[in-house]
Amino acid sequence: MVNRIVVGAHYGWRDWLVQRVTAAVMALYSVILALVLLPGGPLTYEAWKALFARGWMRVATLLFAASLAWHAWIGVRDILMDYVKPTGVRLALQVLVILLLAGCLGWTAQILWGTP
Amino acid sequence: MRFSIYRYDPDRDERPYMKDYELEPQHGDRMLLDALVRLKAQDDTLAFRRSCREGVCGSDAMNINGRNGLACITRLADLPEHVTLRPLPGLPVVRDLIVDMTQFFRQYESIMPYLVNHEAPPERERLQSPVERAALDGLYECILCACCSTACPSFWWNPDKYVGPAGLLQAYRFLADTRDLATSERLDNLDDPYRLFRCHTIMNCTDVCPKGLNPAHAIGRIKEMLVRRAV
Repeated sequence: MVNRIVVGAHYGWRDWLVQRVTAAVMALYSVILALVLLPGGPLTYEAWKALFARGWMRVATLLFAASLAWHAWIGVRDILMDYVKPTGVRLALQVLVILLLAGCLGWTAQILWGTP
Repeated sequence: MRFSIYRYDPDRDERPYMKDYELEPQHGDRMLLDALVRLKAQDDTLAFRRSCREGVCGSDAMNINGRNGLACITRLADLPEHVTLRPLPGLPVVRDLIVDMTQFFRQYESIMPYLVNHEAPPERERLQSPVERAALDGLYECILCACCSTACPSFWWNPDKYVGPAGLLQAYRFLADTRDLATSERLDNLDDPYRLFRCHTIMNCTDVCPKGLNPAHAIGRIKEMLVRRAV
């Protein structure tokens, strides 16, 4: 097979925009979390549990985790594109990263809604 | 002053090496290029490019104490006693400080560096308002010396696929030109994870540009145009 340089995948701007939007979501969540935690007294197990018993906090945390996973996917994919040149190895690593991030996200949901 | 200069002649040397030179700048030696010309008189095997000697042609771009710049507009007075000169990083070395710029110009060519306008030409010229013309300031001044692209890690890793800051600055120069009618075609050409989006705003390009231009800003504008077109 002739190994010609191929470019022109015609994607890119969407990922670039997603990275910025997810970064904003994470920044906003960090501010909200700081505002919720700072005025309170000592952070006991009960206080932590009460905080995450609220529906909006669980949804916000899941949104944060989803943003983190999506943001990390684009970033790690960029690193793999720069440094891993063989297409097969790169694809395998990309699939591994997706599975890992999806797993972490599922686990987050389970922790948020699964704990009694 | 002491100069350590990268030497490599692929026909004779097995591998590149650094050669040291001592030089006392003479009266009238103001720029690094003056010193290099004197060193060349000392050792005529030393090879480097130069032409206009006033920062317009972009021939004598090199890595000066770890930082890309033009020898002809780098003041000797601003340099320390010991100066290390290497060829521009990331490009194949032809000899000593001379690099093979084929890859760089191939990327430049790929962005269609010319006005595309298939409308019938007017009798005299295609007019622009002063505001439209001002949009090209900071873009058209690029001399294609390659200081920016060869300072960019993204270009080091993918010089065959990433256009690089110099090419992208020129791409935006034509995207910003109201006389050019190929905007959509140009954006299609750049909407690519490699060609444009290898830029992660590291900003080495803006840091080293000897003409004081801001390729990172131009690249940001192209990304904005792509988003604006789609959203």
